[in-house]
Amino acid sequence: MAYQDDIALMAHLMRRAGFGARRDELEARVAKGYEATVEELIHPETQPPVDVYTLLRYHPAALLPGGQPPMGNVNYMYHLVNTKRPLEEKVALFWHHVFATGNSKVDNYDQLLLQINLFRERGMGDYRALLVELARNPTMLFWLDNNENHGTAVNENWGRELLELFSLGVGSYTEKDVREASRAFTGWTFETKIPRLPYGRFPWKFEYRAEDHDDGEKEFLGHRGRFNGEDIINIVVEQPACARFVCRHLYNFFVADEPQVPAWSIESPSDPKAIDTLTATFRESHYDIRSVLRVLFNSSFFKNARFQHMKSPAEVVVGSLRLVGGYEMPRPGYGDLSMQPSYMGQDLLNPPSVEGWHTGQEWINSGSLMARINFVAQLVGDPSLPGVRAIIDRLKAKGTLSPEQLVDGCLDLLGPVEVGADTRRELVDQAKEWGQISWDREVSAQTADKRVGEMLQLIVATREYQFA
Amino acid sequence: MAATQKDPVLVVVQLSGGNDYLNTVIPYNNPLYRDNRPAVGIPDAQVLPIDKNYAFHPAMAPLKKVWDEGKLAILHGTGYTNSPRSHFRSMDIWHTCEPDKVGTEGWLGRVAREYDPNKENVITVVSFGPSLFRALAVPGVPVACVAGPLEKYGFLPTVQERELRLKVLDRFARMYAPVVGSGVMEYLGTTGLDSLKGADVLKVAPQRYASTVKYPETPIARKLRGIAQVHLADLGSRIFYCDHGSFDTHAGQNPGHGALWSAVTEGLEAFMTDLRQHDHADNVIVLMFSEFGRRVHDNGSGTDHGAAGPAFVLGDKVKGGHYGDYPSLKAEHLVQGDLNPSMDFRSIYSTILEKWLKVSSKPIVGRAFEQLAFLN
Repeated sequence: MAYQDDIALMAHLMRRAGFGARRDELEARVAKGYEATVEELIHPETQPPVDVYTLLRYHPAALLPGGQPPMGNVNYMYHLVNTKRPLEEKVALFWHHVFATGNSKVDNYDQLLLQINLFRERGMGDYRALLVELARNPTMLFWLDNNENHGTAVNENWGRELLELFSLGVGSYTEKDVREASRAFTGWTFETKIPRLPYGRFPWKFEYRAEDHDDGEKEFLGHRGRFNGEDIINIVVEQPACARFVCRHLYNFFVADEPQVPAWSIESPSDPKAIDTLTATFRESHYDIRSVLRVLFNSSFFKNARFQHMKSPAEVVVGSLRLVGGYEMPRPGYGDLSMQPSYMGQDLLNPPSVEGWHTGQEWINSGSLMARINFVAQLVGDPSLPGVRAIIDRLKAKGTLSPEQLVDGCLDLLGPVEVGADTRRELVDQAKEWGQISWDREVSAQTADKRVGEMLQLIVATREYQFA
Repeated sequence: MAATQKDPVLVVVQLSGGNDYLNTVIPYNNPLYRDNRPAVGIPDAQVLPIDKNYAFHPAMAPLKKVWDEGKLAILHGTGYTNSPRSHFRSMDIWHTCEPDKVGTEGWLGRVAREYDPNKENVITVVSFGPSLFRALAVPGVPVACVAGPLEKYGFLPTVQERELRLKVLDRFARMYAPVVGSGVMEYLGTTGLDSLKGADVLKVAPQRYASTVKYPETPIARKLRGIAQVHLADLGSRIFYCDHGSFDTHAGQNPGHGALWSAVTEGLEAFMTDLRQHDHADNVIVLMFSEFGRRVHDNGSGTDHGAAGPAFVLGDKVKGGHYGDYPSLKAEHLVQGDLNPSMDFRSIYSTILEKWLKVSSKPIVGRAFEQLAFLN
């Protein structure tokens, strides 16, 4: 029983710090140990990177996908499905939620993918340095109009969102602070873009134009000086509000669903002590996200938060594809596959606005619920997929299965998934209609395969399965 | 509220991506049109004149027929001030009627709540598209979202054996039964049951449907055929929504733009013919819009994001003609190179709400707007 608890806890860790794991991987990780697994996850450099050349051999257009979907999405989905550094991808997705930048305006998936790459490379490091990189990221500069922010004519878009959405949250600064921060970032722009025609797109490059920078004195959050952009970031990260804001984001994404971000200035955290713990680490480690994540994943508030998080569409799609397998190589239909999260309400690389996606319960409406259930059901109902086959083989090894054994076996191998008593009763009642199943003869084996597939489909259709 | 057969019905066709105004309703006698469109202008010999000032794109012949019948209203210069030129933000503004902040409720979702506050008919709104359009999204308002063919709509389409399917769906309903306690489980339950019920009602539509009309093999025609199936089945649906695209013709506008319009107008022709043959056309109007128009001067191969665009309303009860003014093409009247909107899109919505859907427009669009004369 204790071993089963270890498996369940490891499954929880892998769902949150990654996109789930199949049973053989969970067993290997349990053998390695929980804390050792956390260390591996927060040190992605110990694992090989995604082999992007395989993708490009099949989909050359995924290299520079331009402004139209789905090739940018294909590139991103390929990384999500294949990564051996699950937390690196999860953290990149986290920052994509927070620093939401979208193709609707950028019109350039090449640049958006570069930004995701920045989150992969720097997302678990020093948050202060990440903000500086973000402020120099041409995709972000364009997205928030900082190329229109001139010494003689201030544009406040970047300055405002830096404070409101990226670091402090509403209520922790004044309109004057927005103005002064924006002044400090005048001259932070990108090189004049080379026209798209006739040779295609060229990468965007950061450029600092001293002659366009307002070098005058500024007064920002109680400090006074001839601040430039980096000075502003240095002041921002020292604010207590910054630590709280970043840690609440981490809690909301990795631990348990919180109210939507705009409500944070009026609604206090559901677990203030957890936020205090994370905040202390954030400050002591000088804004080191890796250190905060280490504390987070090893905490009891994390370990006790199983199924307290509504899966995002990205988690639904990527988690399912990694579970069933067979999608490691690009194959026909990958384009539509990579658009699946958008059909469920999360258009990756194209969030609805700089405020990012509303999460938790707001992922669900009558259309998206059907889309997510049907997508997952179609996969787990296909016994030709290696991950489904692996589940069947494990059940088969147990010999003849009673209805209860079929249900519990499927629940176990899909998670373990925890379902309510009423749900379990329905599942068992369905299994009872089929009676015992076994693989002892060829005819019964075919039926048994089919029954497992049908039970898996019924389970992924439950309410409980919508949570991670 | 049980809907009767003759309750007014609205069909929205969303032209996603930003449809080019100048090459849709072409000011073909205006020299500024030629000056601004050296690369993607439509030659005089090809345009389809609808009067002495304007012509349709050559791919829009089926729509010209509707115009000739006097059943097409062209709404000129639609948009709003400070057009953001972002696809998403612009579409959001059209969907939520909130030009200055991020809105949370879709305008047609509000209509659905008004029509059916107790959710007696979970298919008051039926959407044909990959995801829920924000125009339809209001928390707690059910919308049937048909992503693929209507015949396959429902939960777990891969469970096909009839008997097993009935059982499984029955179990699904019980597993989503109301629970006491946690709000999110309750919400999931309601949402699941609403969609299940919607699928159950909708499945009769393809069974009841018989038609001699042949729809073209295009995505938009398939969606419109689905709408016809549901409408002809008299299931009380009042609002239908579908989209076609992408009209985002930055490059290769010719012939791409024409192919898009062929698909839309040929699909609509089949749709209206189908409805008329079944005597179900006179309580339907179709609204077509795009999130913005495109830049006046072309970029050598296509056109970039612009501001004002045209919207269209068609149907047997529509009074055809031009409404509003085509914005000036003169350089001094352009805003950042774009046509300056001359008609707030909420005027169109208000007119449809008050005169067609018979609901009070102010709570839905925010305030009073000018009523237009394309409906009686």
